[in-house]
Amino acid sequence: MSGKDDTMFEEISDAWELVVGLEVHTELKTTTKLFCGCSNQFGSEPNTNICPVCLGLPGSLPVLNRHAVELSIRVGLALNCTVQASLFHRKNYFYPDMPKDYQISQYDLPLNIRGHLVLPSGHRVGIERAHMEEDTGKSSHLGGSGRISSASASLIDYNRSGVPLVEIVSAPDIHTPEQAREYVSELRSVLVAVGASDGKMEEGSLRVDANVSVRPRGSTELRTRCEIKNLNSLRSLGRAIAHEANRHIALYESGESPTQQTRFWDESGQVTGALRTKEEANDYRYFPEPDLVPLAPSQEWIQSIRDTLPELPQQRREWVMDLCGEATTNDRIETAISDELYPFLVATLRSGLSPQRVVARTSNELAAELPLPNYFSTERFVEICSLEERGELTPTQVKTLLTEATHDDAPISELIARLGLVAISADSLAEIVNSVIEESPAEWTRFVEGEQQLRGFLVGKIMKASKGKADGKVVGEMLVERVSAAKKVG
Amino acid sequence: MALKITRDEVAHVAFLARLLIDPSEIDQYAEQLSSVLEHAADIEALELNDVEPTFRPIPLENVLREDVVTVSLPRDTVLSQAPETAQNMFLVPKILSEAP
Repeated sequence: MSGKDDTMFEEISDAWELVVGLEVHTELKTTTKLFCGCSNQFGSEPNTNICPVCLGLPGSLPVLNRHAVELSIRVGLALNCTVQASLFHRKNYFYPDMPKDYQISQYDLPLNIRGHLVLPSGHRVGIERAHMEEDTGKSSHLGGSGRISSASASLIDYNRSGVPLVEIVSAPDIHTPEQAREYVSELRSVLVAVGASDGKMEEGSLRVDANVSVRPRGSTELRTRCEIKNLNSLRSLGRAIAHEANRHIALYESGESPTQQTRFWDESGQVTGALRTKEEANDYRYFPEPDLVPLAPSQEWIQSIRDTLPELPQQRREWVMDLCGEATTNDRIETAISDELYPFLVATLRSGLSPQRVVARTSNELAAELPLPNYFSTERFVEICSLEERGELTPTQVKTLLTEATHDDAPISELIARLGLVAISADSLAEIVNSVIEESPAEWTRFVEGEQQLRGFLVGKIMKASKGKADGKVVGEMLVERVSAAKKVG
Repeated sequence: MALKITRDEVAHVAFLARLLIDPSEIDQYAEQLSSVLEHAADIEALELNDVEPTFRPIPLENVLREDVVTVSLPRDTVLSQAPETAQNMFLVPKILSEAP
């Protein structure tokens, strides 16, 4: 299977249309759990952040975390949802990772409803709801070898039990594996931008379930769907969806139909498989949580949260695209608007520097130096980019300086002196151009007569003679002037 | 009058709640649970379209706490509640498996 790229794994017959809705669970970046004061810290020693509330011991009472509510509303507003009066329900099921045997979730009255997310490609995905709920404990499964008692057992760490989650449910508006990846990636950026999540898929703070079905292209029906649980990387997401769609297509084309079921993605085998639980699916017997009162945020509270929302990825993207025009590639812009780099980009753009140039410096040279040291301030970056803008340093020199300035906290002027970075004067450059022309008379004549491919040869020689201090663009302009002068004489 | 709850439903509900009941008890439970539902049916017969649902007697909403850490239980106390432990975790029978 190796050696094929993602598009090979994601091929789906043109006769069928893929229909996917995604459920994304994100852990909220609070200090404590949703209903108790136990620490919400990833990576603590097992079973150390636990109390009677998150163990569901008799007599314990949950009290809702204000910060978790605020973060959930931020998510809802960022996804263009309506924030409404909501209720908590008990979702009853028997499973060892839920010590209470029920999960406190929201059911028919979720906090956020009816929003949408516009993807970088312009595709719009509806958001049906974004509700609050508590996370479950974490189980790890012991293998079949070793002691008899552990032959088919699971180990449970309840530290995660009760950690605040927002579950974001999309409409079935996703029609290719690539759109699914794009949606999760953009949603992740939004969640990080509003401060709700750290977005770490590998640590499980962002978990994706995919509801997959197919239909004959052109039809609008919704056929039987299968839910694939816990897709923990963008690559698995795309491949699992494509595999599942192709499984459905093969069944339909052989006259059979898929059965509605929950499946898992087997990373090593690159296939989906059915999950069998002793619990019957979807018999959760939801009922209102009697220990919690309704959550009905006031319009004032919602507005005060709306007022503190940061610029979202789509707004950043549009702003930078407007400034740069067509000339800058989307990949460059996506890199430059990422959370780590965006403050630097904003600082240089606000200083009035050329947008295309600073997007290039941010997305290439600065991105290569991540993570940046604390002393590398936005002012430091503006100072360096300004030197290039004013023509005091060439692009090559600026790149050298940028690398040095992210490894050494000395003032920029000192680094320039130490590296001997001095842009060459126009007079000295003119002399170098003259000498290169004299050294290569044959090539020069052919270039004047129109052999454009000799341009690189001449520029290269001049750059070499200037020891890299010349600006390639200025050299190019100088050659054009010399050619027209030579033609007039000729 | 036919019972509102069948024997199968009693067995199903008992399974969901992980209650072990003797087959000889099923009829008795079916009868008792049915009478609860019949009582609910009496209420359903009333004209209640204009009455808001009541979840609790005292109108109260937005009871919130600040996001401040409080002391958790000592781990030994927590694990003393577990039927079996290993590696400082609760050891339980494996629940989930792949379908054959």
